[in-house]
Amino acid sequence: MTLQVVVQHSFKGFKLDVAFSAPAGVTVLFGASGSGKTTLVNAVAGLLRPDLGRIVADDWVLLDTQARQNLAPHKRRIGYIFQEGRLFPHLSVRQNLAYGRWFAPRDARHEDMARVVEMLGIGPLLDRRPGALSGGEKQRVAIGRALLAAPKLILADEPLAALDEARKAEILPYFERLRDEVSVPILYVSHSSAEVARLATTVVALKAGRVAACGTPAQVLGDVAAVGVRGAASVLRARVVAHHDDGLTELATNAGTLWLPRISDTCGATIRVRIAAQEVILSRDAPQGLSALNILRGTIADIRLGDGPGALVTLALGDERLSARVTRRSVQAMGLVIGEMCHAIIKTVALAPEDIGTGYVQQAAP
Amino acid sequence: MGGDWANWLGPAEWQAVRLSIRVSFWATLVSLPLGIFVAYALARWDFWGKQVLNGIVHLPLILPPVVTGYLLLVTFGRRGSIGYYLDAWFGIVLSFRWTGAAVAAAVMAFPLMVRAIRLAIEAVDPKLEAAASTLGASKPWVFATITLPLILPGVIAGAILAFAKAMGEFGATITFVSNIPGQTQTVPSAIYAFLQVPGGEAAASRLVIIAIIIAMSALLLSEFVARRVAKRVAGS
Repeated sequence: MTLQVVVQHSFKGFKLDVAFSAPAGVTVLFGASGSGKTTLVNAVAGLLRPDLGRIVADDWVLLDTQARQNLAPHKRRIGYIFQEGRLFPHLSVRQNLAYGRWFAPRDARHEDMARVVEMLGIGPLLDRRPGALSGGEKQRVAIGRALLAAPKLILADEPLAALDEARKAEILPYFERLRDEVSVPILYVSHSSAEVARLATTVVALKAGRVAACGTPAQVLGDVAAVGVRGAASVLRARVVAHHDDGLTELATNAGTLWLPRISDTCGATIRVRIAAQEVILSRDAPQGLSALNILRGTIADIRLGDGPGALVTLALGDERLSARVTRRSVQAMGLVIGEMCHAIIKTVALAPEDIGTGYVQQAAP
Repeated sequence: MGGDWANWLGPAEWQAVRLSIRVSFWATLVSLPLGIFVAYALARWDFWGKQVLNGIVHLPLILPPVVTGYLLLVTFGRRGSIGYYLDAWFGIVLSFRWTGAAVAAAVMAFPLMVRAIRLAIEAVDPKLEAAASTLGASKPWVFATITLPLILPGVIAGAILAFAKAMGEFGATITFVSNIPGQTQTVPSAIYAFLQVPGGEAAASRLVIIAIIIAMSALLLSEFVARRVAKRVAGS
């Protein structure tokens, strides 16, 4: 299913003017707070009626202001996972999970309750009330509740923003499973480039109410115009080769071998690795006597100057791209020119586990 | 044991107690759905004339009860603007009947009921209702499955408060439906009547004790029920 969204909406001093389409898989709406992400998702859910807009899922019209069509929220068949969970406090976890199913049409394709409970690991919580759950547990129940409403589309509005790092690490894998095991398309709002790199099939970068860039995570996160020099990152596809005794994991990428602190993925698994541009150092000559284990060699494919003192230098390594955030001064001093050879150095410990995501399969439509 | 009680109160006093309970019960029960509706409208909707509705609802709280009773008489009396047609078309007569006493009690208790329920509705997070609608619940279903259970403590508190207020209503009742033993003589009217005749103090003070007991029990019960429901609703 492809979701097509065209929305124009004015608030006091803010104008949202956006058009994008979300294919199957996870489409991340990416942008700083105030860029209009939540407004957009609420328009898709029917909780906000935009001034002008057309929202269509395949041939199913959710909203068409010109044709004066506006489907009520309860008829849109959308599973909305809210930032704050929004579990019903007077119902048990089991009743919360079953709430949407009760209203879904009989012939809808239902997820199996037992399977969802197992996937989210919420079996022991079923008889509890939301008041007795931790933040991470609440959010897992909220995911299950949305999933069990037999939705045609899942919306997630910064579902991890209210959680601490440990809880984020607990929930993210469930969204990866959702992406890989459930055929429903997901529209996911986030301001975190780590989440984009791990989850996204498609990224729509929003800036001040407009679409700044749209494409794969590697394309958008490497786009200075969309994310700025400071926010730039690369996303590499990698295969887990081995876990070594000294606590390191060896990855094979088309750009070369990468070493990073031990990750939990099994050998042979395909994963994605996000490398923030500011963690990458460039060197014209092959560096020697360095503590950093990851030294990759490539040609300079692009040099973008930022608004400030920074510059983003992108290397082509095989068919992968790796961006480094350096200063304009370095670009001049080192005489970096497009087409020249260059070495990229990445500290092993700069590759944190939250930058590692499972599955780089481009989700095919079912 | 019922015998002692029956003997302690004279038949006229018993009659007044029974009538008061009947009047207050029906006054509360019948006005409750309207009370919830008005409270919801005032808490959630923006409409033209909202402040006027708010004023009308609260008027009986501030007007002299005699004025409210007189207004009821000219509207719902047999020759009143509405009462005439109620009688002519439906054969419903309110003036000088116990049903009229119930109407007077309901009108006087209505502001208290609406205030309690409105506070409860304002405490419900509309985001929960929005979440329910995204899960497929239409507006009536959202109200029935989310809003109503969450405001239940407030509804119960409002109903019990209204019942207690109805038990004590005097001014509007005596103006609208007079003070007819067995028909419209509630506990307060009976106390007033007993105090008008020499030697009626004993009967009056027995009714005073009854009034205090009923009012106190109503308050305690409302606290108790509201606390239990609130615990259940808070979900821990």
